[in-house]
Amino acid sequence: MTFSAPTEATRKPVVRLGDRLFAGTARTAALIIMLALAGVFVFLTIEGLPGLTAPESIYKPADDFWSYVGPLVFGTILAAIVALVIAVPFSIGVALFISHYAPPRLAAPIAYVIDLLAAIPSVVYGLWGGLALAHSMTPAINWLYDNLSFIPFFAGPPSVTGRTMLTAGIVLAIMVIPITTAISREVFAQVPRLHEEAAMALGATRWETIRLAVFPYARSGVVSGVMLGLGRALGETMAVAMVLSATPVVTLNLISNTNPATIASNIASNYKEATPDRQALLIATGLVLFAVTFAVNFVARLIVSRHEKKVSR
Amino acid sequence: MSTTTPIEPDFAVSAGLVQPRLPRWGSALVAVMALALAGLLTMVLGLSLVAGFVVAALLFVVGLPLWSRMVEGSRAAADRFATCLVWASFAAVVVPLVWLVWLVLKNGFGVLSVEFLTYSMRGIVGEGGGIYHALMGTLLVTLAATLISVPIGLFTAIYLVEYGRGGRLARTTTFLVDVMTGIPSIVAGLFALALFVMIFGPAIRIGFGGSVALSLLMIPTVVRSAEEMLRLVPSDLREASYALGVPKWRTIIKVVLPTAFGGIVTGIVLAISRVIGETAPLLVVAGATDSVNMNLFSGRMMTLPVYIYTQYSSPGVPAFGETGPPPGYARAWGAALVLIAIVMVLNLAARILQKTFAPKTERRR
Repeated sequence: MTFSAPTEATRKPVVRLGDRLFAGTARTAALIIMLALAGVFVFLTIEGLPGLTAPESIYKPADDFWSYVGPLVFGTILAAIVALVIAVPFSIGVALFISHYAPPRLAAPIAYVIDLLAAIPSVVYGLWGGLALAHSMTPAINWLYDNLSFIPFFAGPPSVTGRTMLTAGIVLAIMVIPITTAISREVFAQVPRLHEEAAMALGATRWETIRLAVFPYARSGVVSGVMLGLGRALGETMAVAMVLSATPVVTLNLISNTNPATIASNIASNYKEATPDRQALLIATGLVLFAVTFAVNFVARLIVSRHEKKVSR
Repeated sequence: MSTTTPIEPDFAVSAGLVQPRLPRWGSALVAVMALALAGLLTMVLGLSLVAGFVVAALLFVVGLPLWSRMVEGSRAAADRFATCLVWASFAAVVVPLVWLVWLVLKNGFGVLSVEFLTYSMRGIVGEGGGIYHALMGTLLVTLAATLISVPIGLFTAIYLVEYGRGGRLARTTTFLVDVMTGIPSIVAGLFALALFVMIFGPAIRIGFGGSVALSLLMIPTVVRSAEEMLRLVPSDLREASYALGVPKWRTIIKVVLPTAFGGIVTGIVLAISRVIGETAPLLVVAGATDSVNMNLFSGRMMTLPVYIYTQYSSPGVPAFGETGPPPGYARAWGAALVLIAIVMVLNLAARILQKTFAPKTERRR
């Protein structure tokens, strides 16, 4: 066997067939993801476009696409805001509890249990919301109407079944809490130990330490967690579809019988009797929902990446 | 060992060197008093038990800081108030979880039987029937989704870690995977519907469409976890393999993947448990049916989450002459119990796998 000195031609590393195939497969997989996401946009647009300009009868009771989708967008945002207003304080509280207040030995199991909340399927939340929570909410709704009806949110008349926007918001909040908690907990735990110890050395109480050292450091992380939670609340379907009986109205009233549907729940409750025209309309509303959640998630990611830069600096 | 003489407590307090503190049993005392007062109010005003507890909690959250403010000053009072709120928020979040699990167990166990698990809903009007068709549908649809997403997800992760090296395609892919994580599940369903409508016409409803929709939701989870696990594999191992003249692809198959195997499987199991309970996409594209359909590629296919939804939304009426909740509700609870059991078993399996394989690699945290 003879060895020749490496020449210009052989100095390039040998690329075996197996290597080329494997690298090609890996790259193809990455490209498939890109194609799939592009496909979501393209197919929804192709199938949804006829829904924008369908005959008027399709949009009953509205008369064109934007007046059809308007109340749905409003309902989606209203439900998400109600959910966030309830969920954010609780998530921050629970995240603080896990990272700073709970006995250290209990913190990890508690965090696991909160994560399990996220594993429960949304349809089970909807079942619980529709069959158990809604009924139990009626006294609270009546109380809100009796005492706070001067606020437009509680103008009433109170629903007898309890299937109101408020109930849907609470169910959504319970589904959002694990997400927001998980991210907040992570950033709370990342706060440099020295910052906290410095505050404590100056005589700060535990709460003052959290306010002075933890919150400023964790703010952007918590904001991104809230945005991710918002993304989930906007896109959640079943919980809202199973709790609300919807009418296309625009109202701030959270406790009455007439509640706007959300985009997602409207799709779920109308897909069954969908004619091709109607189906195109529903797909078009889905495209609107996709655009909204895409924007929300995009902003959230932007905030997270800015935070990561700040931390690594 | 200190040389200073201890200061008399009273002197220390009066000289402002030591803040007066509430006694150690202070919070317990306030708790008892709040409960007692709330109990009294409950009985006098005729409130419900839940309202009584809410009143007691409110009294405690207000009472303890007030007392603390009188004795310890405003800063300590704020601290105690914050502590109360944090504990209260935790308790408030645990309540719905316990309530939900308890309801599912209570209402679900009564329904479970051999008949419930082995019968479909074909020809059932009133009571009876089961979830066999839905169970099979869920297993088939999820299995197909796993078969689609695991190769794509795994190879994408391999590309990102072993080949991408921060290039443009790698960065774009990472970003797109992030975007995919945020796709609402119903949009994934509509995507699959739009895709199959384009191919087969507007009335199409097939189980495989559900698999496509689910894999769209599953891929990002698989990519994320696999990527993380592959990055944990020490580069010493790769270099040792290269030094022996092993080609890169064999290094990945024989060295990198086996090292990260446990973590990757854990990630896949968690991804399955995440999508197995998805309702909306299956409702839209796989449809609903009352009979068993084992063919992913033809006809509507029932799945457990959709079964729960249909039993809830059209529960039927009780048999003639009987009263009580409609029969569909009981079946919905039973199916919910089975579904939660599947999800929890998957989660536990993932945790056990994680524990078993953890010592092999250094974990980050």
